[in-house]
Amino acid sequence: MPAAEPFCPTCKAVQPPGQADHFRRLGFARTFDLDRKLVERRYFELQRTLHPDRFAARSPKERALSQAQATSLNEAYEALMDPLKRASYLLKLSGIETGSDGKTVTDPALLMDAMEMREALAEARKPAEVDAVVAGARRDAEAAEAQLSRDFAAEDLEAAKTTTLRLTYLDKLIDDARARRLNVA
Amino acid sequence: MTLLQLHEPGETPLPHEGEQTLAVGIDLGTTNSVIAFSALGKPEVLRDAAGSGLIPSVVAYTEHGPVVGSAAQARLVDAPETVVSSVKRLMGRGAADVKTLAGTLPYRFDAADGGMVRLLIGDRRLTPVEVSAEILRALKIQAEQHLGREVAKAVVTVPAYFDDAARLATKDAARLAGLEVLRLVNEPTAAALAYGLDKAAEGIYAVYDLGGGTFDISILRLEKGIFQVLATGGDAALGGDDFDHAIAEHWLADRRSELGSEPITASEAKQTLNSARSAKEALTQREAGDFPVMLHGKTTLHRLTRLALDKLIQPWVEKTIAICRQVVSDARLDLSEIQGVVLVGGSTRVPQVRRAVESFFGKPPLSDINPDEVVALGAALQAEALTQGSDTLLLDVLPLSLGIETMGGLVEKVVDRNTPIPVAKAQEFTTYQDGQAAMLVHVVQGERETVADCRSLARFVLAGIPPMTAGAARIRVTFQVDADGLLTVSAAEKTTGVEQRVEVKPSYGLSEEEMARILEESLEHGRADMERRLLIENRVEGQRVLLALQSALAADASMLDAGEAERIEKARLGLARAIEGEDRDRIKAAVEALEEAARPFAERRMDRAIRAGLAGHSIDEFKGDPGGCLAPDPEEEKL
Repeated sequence: MPAAEPFCPTCKAVQPPGQADHFRRLGFARTFDLDRKLVERRYFELQRTLHPDRFAARSPKERALSQAQATSLNEAYEALMDPLKRASYLLKLSGIETGSDGKTVTDPALLMDAMEMREALAEARKPAEVDAVVAGARRDAEAAEAQLSRDFAAEDLEAAKTTTLRLTYLDKLIDDARARRLNVA
Repeated sequence: MTLLQLHEPGETPLPHEGEQTLAVGIDLGTTNSVIAFSALGKPEVLRDAAGSGLIPSVVAYTEHGPVVGSAAQARLVDAPETVVSSVKRLMGRGAADVKTLAGTLPYRFDAADGGMVRLLIGDRRLTPVEVSAEILRALKIQAEQHLGREVAKAVVTVPAYFDDAARLATKDAARLAGLEVLRLVNEPTAAALAYGLDKAAEGIYAVYDLGGGTFDISILRLEKGIFQVLATGGDAALGGDDFDHAIAEHWLADRRSELGSEPITASEAKQTLNSARSAKEALTQREAGDFPVMLHGKTTLHRLTRLALDKLIQPWVEKTIAICRQVVSDARLDLSEIQGVVLVGGSTRVPQVRRAVESFFGKPPLSDINPDEVVALGAALQAEALTQGSDTLLLDVLPLSLGIETMGGLVEKVVDRNTPIPVAKAQEFTTYQDGQAAMLVHVVQGERETVADCRSLARFVLAGIPPMTAGAARIRVTFQVDADGLLTVSAAEKTTGVEQRVEVKPSYGLSEEEMARILEESLEHGRADMERRLLIENRVEGQRVLLALQSALAADASMLDAGEAERIEKARLGLARAIEGEDRDRIKAAVEALEEAARPFAERRMDRAIRAGLAGHSIDEFKGDPGGCLAPDPEEEKL
């Protein structure tokens, strides 16, 4: 029986989650090109049947299995939903650790961009100015995602790693800009 | 105390056949608690004869035993030292936490030992868990009276921002009360469930929940029966109680010159806070009012305007908005993506709070469902879903990051806040000395970088690590959080397989032995069945009325004419006799008869007291808030 089959096909009893990777857990092929809406829909569908709330009246064993299943689903959802985490996870499956927190930047081109955008954000005083920084960073993040899709399609993992670092940085900038937007509003 | 009855008893469908016990939803609040029951997807609040679904979360420890609710609240006047309110603020708190709360909670504490704080009430030494269990036990009995069946299971709500210790304390309290907790549900999530199902809402919503003692803000996505929490935040010690406190401080400042350095008693503090709460409630409807404060036997009237109130509570309101800002940012959303904001909790009736919420979210907040009841309705729906099955599903998150202490008192985060639960995360740590045989694992919860700023949940020792050079051992610590938000930690040394598993319980929880002892005691005493409890409650109420009459007569017997005095005396004797008997209906009738007989007298006294209070003031005092100098000063706290 495949590890990602949450229920026994004959007796319908809930099974242990097993060792399936996050893609298989949610029923996807191992690819960077996933539709977020679809990831979400699969996750919801599976949680509807596997979440511990569905097993509240069952035996302790079934409750424990359901908790393990729901835990694995949450982990898979978290890893695949966000393009950045998805890219890091794909790289990790190939033995490449990205492990950057977005604070240290070594790529010289990224470093230049980073400084410029940080400066723009620091100087932004009005909501519209912050919005402009966010919009710029979002465009760059979308471009990085498109680039990642090409990198993974070409199986160029080194390039994918560089692009992932770039996206890590851009995501962090967007988060900071968004927080700043709430404060200047 | 009046019995509860279903709002529309005829409409309650019978539960499924063969179902032996019923499951209810309980909102165990700081100020009030609410029970609701749901059948066929229609939740109903269980109400008393007067139509009220709010049961004050107040316990009085009388000579006849504990009483709960409005009967307990009534004793605040005569025997405040026996009354415990707002105990929810102490759930899962340690003796050290209480030091910082000592200014805000008018109780005597036993802070002698570590672990869970103990309240000193009369000659009893009580944990907050036991006091909460008393409230839950009363709720359970009332629900059973209502539904005519045993109620053994419940969904109990907790503030989303409750930490692990407070959640566990709540679950323990339910267990002591003889209730199996089907699930602990976060209050804003429960509110969203009731709201979403009722209004068929879809999209992203914020739930702003300001109760008596806690504040939560959760952002959820509602989609085809799924209620997915995207981010949550709050403050487990911020609520309407703080508003009351600010008002009371303000009044005490008015009388400071007269009081001098003489401290007020805990009882006076409780009564002043009570009056402050009435003022706050009155000013949700009116622009100004005069409110009595009784200190050292003298009652004065104090004017409070809406404007002055707004200014007094402003710091707390601003704090909630700052938290909202953080949570919107955590959810990685722009404000424009939030479709609506729902108000929950009695403190959202304060106009200033509504204005602040509207101004931050940029849209008028929704409060179509009674903000005091919506959480219990959601809990009842969830209780039905868990026992009867359902198409809806709540997906919640961890409110506060979990981590362990590393070298130098720093915190290494293992599970980040806002991670969907259930969750399991593991992290590897190593030894820092050659031949180190044991390792202390210190589990903490919170967002700060240092252990001192986070909440300590548990410590345990992983022993039997085989001798290795520093840094060679691989110790894998696994954190597992279940759907109730409760944590289990296990640790294993990977090269040898030495393993230990701990339920995170020790720091502020009750030990198993303590639980067993309390359970045994409560079974012995608690079998006194519900008739007995109701009889006691009626007697206590009867005595309260008699005492009140006695002191009124002592002061103002001269205001009575002969006929009136005779009528009152006759009713008084009737009640005194009824109290000695065992018939609670007779006591109830006698109380009503006495209140009726004494009503004109009571009204005359009230008129006179108000005139006297007004006469004691100069006109200048009634011009309202002079402004600028009323910010509460923590140095001056006397309460």
